[in-house]
Amino acid sequence: MSTLRRNLAPYFLVLPGGLWLLLFFAVPMITMLSLSLQQGDVVSGFSFTGHWQTYTDAIVNYRTQIVRSLIYGAIATIALIVLAFPVAYWIAFYGGRRKSTYLFLLLLPFFVSFVLRTISWRQILTDEGMLLGPLKSIHLLPADFHVLGTPVAVIFGLIYNFLPFMVLPVYVALERIDPRVVEAARDLYANPATAFRKVVLPLALPGVFAGVLMTFVPASADYVDSAVLGSSSTTMIGQVIQAQYLVNSDYPTASALSFVLMAVLLVGVFAYARALGTEDVMKVAAR
Amino acid sequence: MPNNIDPALLRGLTQRRLGRRDALRMGGVSALAMALAACGVKGTGTPAASAAPDAVAKFWADKASTKHVDFANWPLYMDPKKPELKKFTAETGISVNYQEVIQEMGPWFAKVQPQLKAGQSIGYDLMVITNGIQFGQFKDSGFLAPLDHSKLPNYAANAAKSYANEAFDPGNQYSVPWTSGITGIAYDPAKTGREITKLADLWDPAFKGKVGMFSDTQELGNFGMMALGVDPAKSTEDDWKKAAEKLKEQKSSGVLRNYYDQSYIDALGKGEVWITQAWSGDVFQKNVSDGTNFKFVIPAEGGTIWTDNFAIPVTAKSPVDAITLIDFFYKTDIAASLAEYINYVCPVPAAQQQIKTDASKLTGKEKTAMEAIADSPLVFPVEADYSKLHYYRDFPTVAEQQAYQKIFEPIVLG
Repeated sequence: MSTLRRNLAPYFLVLPGGLWLLLFFAVPMITMLSLSLQQGDVVSGFSFTGHWQTYTDAIVNYRTQIVRSLIYGAIATIALIVLAFPVAYWIAFYGGRRKSTYLFLLLLPFFVSFVLRTISWRQILTDEGMLLGPLKSIHLLPADFHVLGTPVAVIFGLIYNFLPFMVLPVYVALERIDPRVVEAARDLYANPATAFRKVVLPLALPGVFAGVLMTFVPASADYVDSAVLGSSSTTMIGQVIQAQYLVNSDYPTASALSFVLMAVLLVGVFAYARALGTEDVMKVAAR
Repeated sequence: MPNNIDPALLRGLTQRRLGRRDALRMGGVSALAMALAACGVKGTGTPAASAAPDAVAKFWADKASTKHVDFANWPLYMDPKKPELKKFTAETGISVNYQEVIQEMGPWFAKVQPQLKAGQSIGYDLMVITNGIQFGQFKDSGFLAPLDHSKLPNYAANAAKSYANEAFDPGNQYSVPWTSGITGIAYDPAKTGREITKLADLWDPAFKGKVGMFSDTQELGNFGMMALGVDPAKSTEDDWKKAAEKLKEQKSSGVLRNYYDQSYIDALGKGEVWITQAWSGDVFQKNVSDGTNFKFVIPAEGGTIWTDNFAIPVTAKSPVDAITLIDFFYKTDIAASLAEYINYVCPVPAAQQQIKTDASKLTGKEKTAMEAIADSPLVFPVEADYSKLHYYRDFPTVAEQQAYQKIFEPIVLG
């Protein structure tokens, strides 16, 4: 009896997670795949016809938005690395006793809902708002100058909203570095730059990789930042999918686009892992 | 803002998709194939189904008053103090929960469609929906309760007779008008520096990045067509394509700022747009409540006229109280009081005299303002005004409607 229980225990442990995945991941995925191959309209109904052309049509019609989303996502991710690395580095090595306070301060704005924060930025950046209004009234900027509705505003929103998702993994990786390793490098006549490049950076890389995963993927698929801060010339693919589902009730196109986006992101992420040279980097990142 | 899904949730889902990719492998191919072949999504009804003769009796037979109505409407469609609803509750003892939840027809239909299809309440007993593509979808799907006109005595006595002849709902089987309105151009004269008179002004490079248009495909397409001198009601697929080109040009030249739903009025208020496609009563209300000095104009080429309609969803919990409320709005004094505030086309002609009577009791500036409403062509249009207005295109077949959407949707989704 007790051996049986012991043998079954791991399965019972995995059961809740497994069921959760089945219900909220596998089932929706299959439903979506089926939907993407159906034809019809919302009034007379959709029926399964195996119509793969929806995919080609979706890609042809919305390639601009797919490419645009990837570019925005990539720019935001690179900017995030540049911004987050020094912050994480400083907190990890010079934070001292106040490390957790600094981390808390970093996270503090994120206790407010994602959408609300983005809408607040809209108020700040608006054409006659507290930022641009005074500059316009003293004629430093032309009257039709605007930030909202431009790619700059959207990418700025992405950077702002995903900052902690880059800082935290990088911080975790840096925090684990034993200061004595760096000291050893200095003792062996490495100058500070070399010590950083040869010792700190390679050890921090798994953190950066995890950060990229956690920012590039959702940033490219994001639709809130562009909907709130952008305009029709900054439409991202997430907005197209949202509109096809929730405005036009064109479920097949929406589902097909979701799969295309997922495929593109998966390919991108694996290519990136390969390029980094460490096939184990996923494992390292999950450490 | 079309954000119905918690974005944090969406973000969470996207992340997990990668982290647990093994689940895909475990899912197995056989289960996938099986599920794929499973039957499609059921339709919501037969297109162009007309009501059976006994539909009215059948729907209303077992319905009773619950003394409460949940009412879904658009923003800027009632005095925020809601004097009409207060009066209604005082007279009938029926409480009203009034929510301004409708910003655009497409998202509204997509939002309530799943509940209606499942036969569940959408949380509202009464909604105000515009004639157009989604009105047809609501009607054809059998989502609208057939109205029992024996419960609408004020409507029969006071409503303008022309409403019974509207093509989208002949004989008012499923809907009665809340108000009509005109789509034209709103602008801020202080910013544009000149009077706006024509549709071509919406393409003027002088307003680069400061022009707003509607994201509703019919509103947008109509203006594209009228700018080319085409009457939308009589348009062909060829006209749609030409109009689409015209609209794309507006976007690619950078003149257009964005496509808006009801939020256009906020964008105008914030100075994001200087000139925008607009609905007739909104500018009036914005000026009253915020002290702005915006102007509304029906362009020389013409504007469009539409009707927003009361409709009761079939799954309403309290249809009896809903229809009582509908009829209440056709009392002459209530119709007058509503028109005085919202400044949209009033479906009760006798309200004009009522507003004049109300005006005679006032003095000074208030009196002039009230008299202006009674004489306003935007509230009580006369024959000559109608000649400048165009009607929406009707889509007799689903194929035609889809062809239309396929042409204009990609523009909005840029």
